[in-house]
Amino acid sequence: MNKTQQFNQLLNLADNALIIGHRCSEWCGHGPVLEQDIAISNIALDYIGQARNFYQAAATLINEDPEMLTGFVLPATEDSLAYLRDQREFRNHLITELPNGDWAVTTLRIFLFSAYQYFLYTQLKDSGDLSVNAIAEKALKEVTYHVKWSADWVIRLGDGTEESNRRIRHAVDHLWAYTGELFLQESELQQQWLQKVQLVFEEAGLVIPEKTWMHQGGTSGNHTEHLGFILAEMQFLQRAYPGSQW
Amino acid sequence: MSFHTNKYYYGDYGEAKNGAADISAKGSAKEEWPLWEIFIRSKQGLDHKHVGSLHAADAAMAIENARDVYTRRMEGVSIWAVESKYIHASNPDEAGALYDPANDKVYRHPTFYDLPDEVKYM
Repeated sequence: MNKTQQFNQLLNLADNALIIGHRCSEWCGHGPVLEQDIAISNIALDYIGQARNFYQAAATLINEDPEMLTGFVLPATEDSLAYLRDQREFRNHLITELPNGDWAVTTLRIFLFSAYQYFLYTQLKDSGDLSVNAIAEKALKEVTYHVKWSADWVIRLGDGTEESNRRIRHAVDHLWAYTGELFLQESELQQQWLQKVQLVFEEAGLVIPEKTWMHQGGTSGNHTEHLGFILAEMQFLQRAYPGSQW
Repeated sequence: MSFHTNKYYYGDYGEAKNGAADISAKGSAKEEWPLWEIFIRSKQGLDHKHVGSLHAADAAMAIENARDVYTRRMEGVSIWAVESKYIHASNPDEAGALYDPANDKVYRHPTFYDLPDEVKYM
């Protein structure tokens, strides 16, 4: 992997964490019960923490070799990467930017995505890339809990009332087409992920959908219309009052 | 009488048709999750101490909720959860008869004995 690829990978990891973290944070104050409001806000904070670490690693990389890519505010910082890029420059997977929808869509999205992160971070923590080893190792503990928490909800909703089952099945239909983008090449990662999803779906009484057309484009900057709204809210202050602090 | 309202939050764009994000205002006490008492043991602590209570659908969720609500600032390394209905309490009205008689019996305190150095945590 050359430096540009490494930089893009770091951005993908950071953007994924930032955007899904922002989505989770939208529940703050709106959770179905106080305890779950705090739970999902904690998860949001975990994600923002991961995003910071990956952005810092990405900033270090590009500052060492500013010629590598053009179009970035230099010297790059975690803040400039998060707040001063436009949506076409974001490298997150589409599944992270979709609206929260109801509690079923919210928890299923976290489950599908954090299960992917779990196996990915497990690989990254032992990979040769020193810049991500330590971050992945620390993040893995957080993600392990996210998987457990969200899988519990998928099972509860699937194996719950008629209404909860209807909602979680709708969530599966809605989100499944966004999971293909996580595995653009056939890989061991995909097999591990599929096994985990299969296991939880079985317990929840859910069925993995037939092979279907999959959305993609996030990692090359072609996003859904939803990302722009997130960035507008997230970046407004820094764009309107550059460098302001609070 | 129950009112049915549709409530939308930021992030719910266009989900209404899918039946999402509609939160009915009926919610009765019957549908509420049971209450649990939470006990946490801190890293240095030897015993679990009562820290508060929370709602959860079952024991597993109570422990997860306790982790999220009561250990965010590194308060503990172990959690106990007990459904509140299983806690039996003494009657505050009987406090006089139950506790006051101990007031004048200082000789019950272990301060009258010399403790060997090997005995810790007294």
